[in-house]
Amino acid sequence: MSEAAVRRLQDRFGEKILRAFSEHGNDVVVVAREDLLEVARFCHDDEELDLKLPTTLTCVDYIDEKPRFELVYVLYSVRKKHRLQIRVRVEEGDPEVPSLTPIYRGLDYWERYCWDMYGIRFTGRTKPLKRLWMWEGFDGHPLRKDFPLRGRTGQIPELDIKDIYRGPGPGPGSEPARRAATPRPSQLPIVK
Amino acid sequence: MPDTKNMTVDLQEDVLDVSLETKSMRLNMGPSHPASHGTVRFNIELDGEVIRSLDVEIGFLHRGFEKSCENSTWTQCLPYTDRLNYVSAMCNNFGFLTAVEKLAGIEIPERAKYIRTIGAELHRICDHLTCVGAMAMELGGFTPFLYAVEARDMLWDRVAELTGARLTTTYGRIGGVNRDLPEGWVQKMKDTLARVAELREDINTLLTHNRIFLERTKGTGKMSAEMAINHGFTGPVLRASGVDYDVRKAHPYWVYDRVEFEVPLGTEGDNYDRYAVRMEEMRQSERIILQCFEQMEPGPILIDDWRYVLPPKNEVYSTIEGVIGHFKHVMEGIKIPAGTVYSYTESPNGELGWYLVSDGSGRPYKVHCRAPGIQLLGGLEDMVVGSLLPDLIPTFDLINMIGGEVEQ
Repeated sequence: MSEAAVRRLQDRFGEKILRAFSEHGNDVVVVAREDLLEVARFCHDDEELDLKLPTTLTCVDYIDEKPRFELVYVLYSVRKKHRLQIRVRVEEGDPEVPSLTPIYRGLDYWERYCWDMYGIRFTGRTKPLKRLWMWEGFDGHPLRKDFPLRGRTGQIPELDIKDIYRGPGPGPGSEPARRAATPRPSQLPIVK
Repeated sequence: MPDTKNMTVDLQEDVLDVSLETKSMRLNMGPSHPASHGTVRFNIELDGEVIRSLDVEIGFLHRGFEKSCENSTWTQCLPYTDRLNYVSAMCNNFGFLTAVEKLAGIEIPERAKYIRTIGAELHRICDHLTCVGAMAMELGGFTPFLYAVEARDMLWDRVAELTGARLTTTYGRIGGVNRDLPEGWVQKMKDTLARVAELREDINTLLTHNRIFLERTKGTGKMSAEMAINHGFTGPVLRASGVDYDVRKAHPYWVYDRVEFEVPLGTEGDNYDRYAVRMEEMRQSERIILQCFEQMEPGPILIDDWRYVLPPKNEVYSTIEGVIGHFKHVMEGIKIPAGTVYSYTESPNGELGWYLVSDGSGRPYKVHCRAPGIQLLGGLEDMVVGSLLPDLIPTFDLINMIGGEVEQ
């Protein structure tokens, strides 16, 4: 994206653009949570920026830093062929962010993903905030760094499967019967 | 029954003017349904046969892709990326590798770029064949599906000769590709492409001017260009609405600026345009592959930097640097420098974006895959609300929402 476009944002918003830099060919702008809606609306409506296509929204959990979560919005302009990343930091104790779904409808599923996986609430949504991949009663937010890889929340009882009844088996005295007499490792009961 | 004994007004008027109260019906097109590709559950509110609202529920295939990637090394993430868009696995692989190479700041050799382009276009043809074939089957035409599957099977045989697997290829490494083209593959590939072209033209003859197909797909699932952009559509669905955005042309990568191809555009944004765009893209992909074969030169396929690439085995067994290089590579993972990057390639369904965060150790801190199917699925409700229930079928099929990438 051209520097002229980023400078245009800085001219318009001044102090509200906390940082603007370019990394590996991506242009990034860091804003505070309170100014997010205003900046996004300007990006959408402005003729020069014309950032009308919402590419994605993701969240990174920097568990060792304060504020903990960083939301990254990626917006694209089809006519001007440039891209912009908007990053917002969110506190752990107060994970509420104004929603951008009134401006960009395509961020609906990504906001649900951030709620489901990281626990970030979005206020002012056009549709209700539901979980995306986990089921509705699930307890916890799996992609947070303090949720273990093999995390079990104990909601689904896990049964100790003894053995599945497979039928009477092959006829006696035959080669298959001899083979069936010694169980394979996968047929032995699961010892917890 | 009206009480005829006490009736004083005209019977016709009274009976026929009684207002009927209809209730809307809630239909559950459940997760295991032949027409819902990749276990998607629809809660449809129907008024007669007209869809009033559509609620999509996904999550039946969620396998924890991001969490698994955060707990493995960079090379170990590669098989996970296969399983995202499992119909066009090489596009996922190469997209991920392109993102990692951007982070590391390395440039892959020329021959590797050509091989990656060939692989991506090959799987693009496979993906479009699957989409068109499955869509035709669900509209009742079983023959195009068989032709498409036969063509796809032949292409998969070529892919298996190249990479070792038909579907989930795990082809490519950071710094290039791991295996060169086998001997005689180029000629076999040209023969296979000729045969696939014949089958594709058979499908074209069966479908494109077919009265039933036209009735089912023309005018259904319309999406205007502004709404499509606002939803974040990319790929053939966006191009069918008339918006000219193809990552291969807008931001060329690999060798797309050296080959000639056209990007088909639709006009109406309905299902027929999406089908026609996919058919034409198959022809253009074939053109790209043949041009790549002509332009390719022999050369290295992996960069020579042992920080990112495994050292050759004769060095590993004879020199101490080779041993150490191999050891650090396998045990600690490739040390990609710390930073963040958003990288994008054109997968068959749209712009496949990767947002990677690296903290300098051998493991990724965050791997986010911007699956094009998620936006398309989000826009499904706007495409079918107000139209009949059978219109949902070709619309949902031609979005080509692959369960693996939407639910990661």
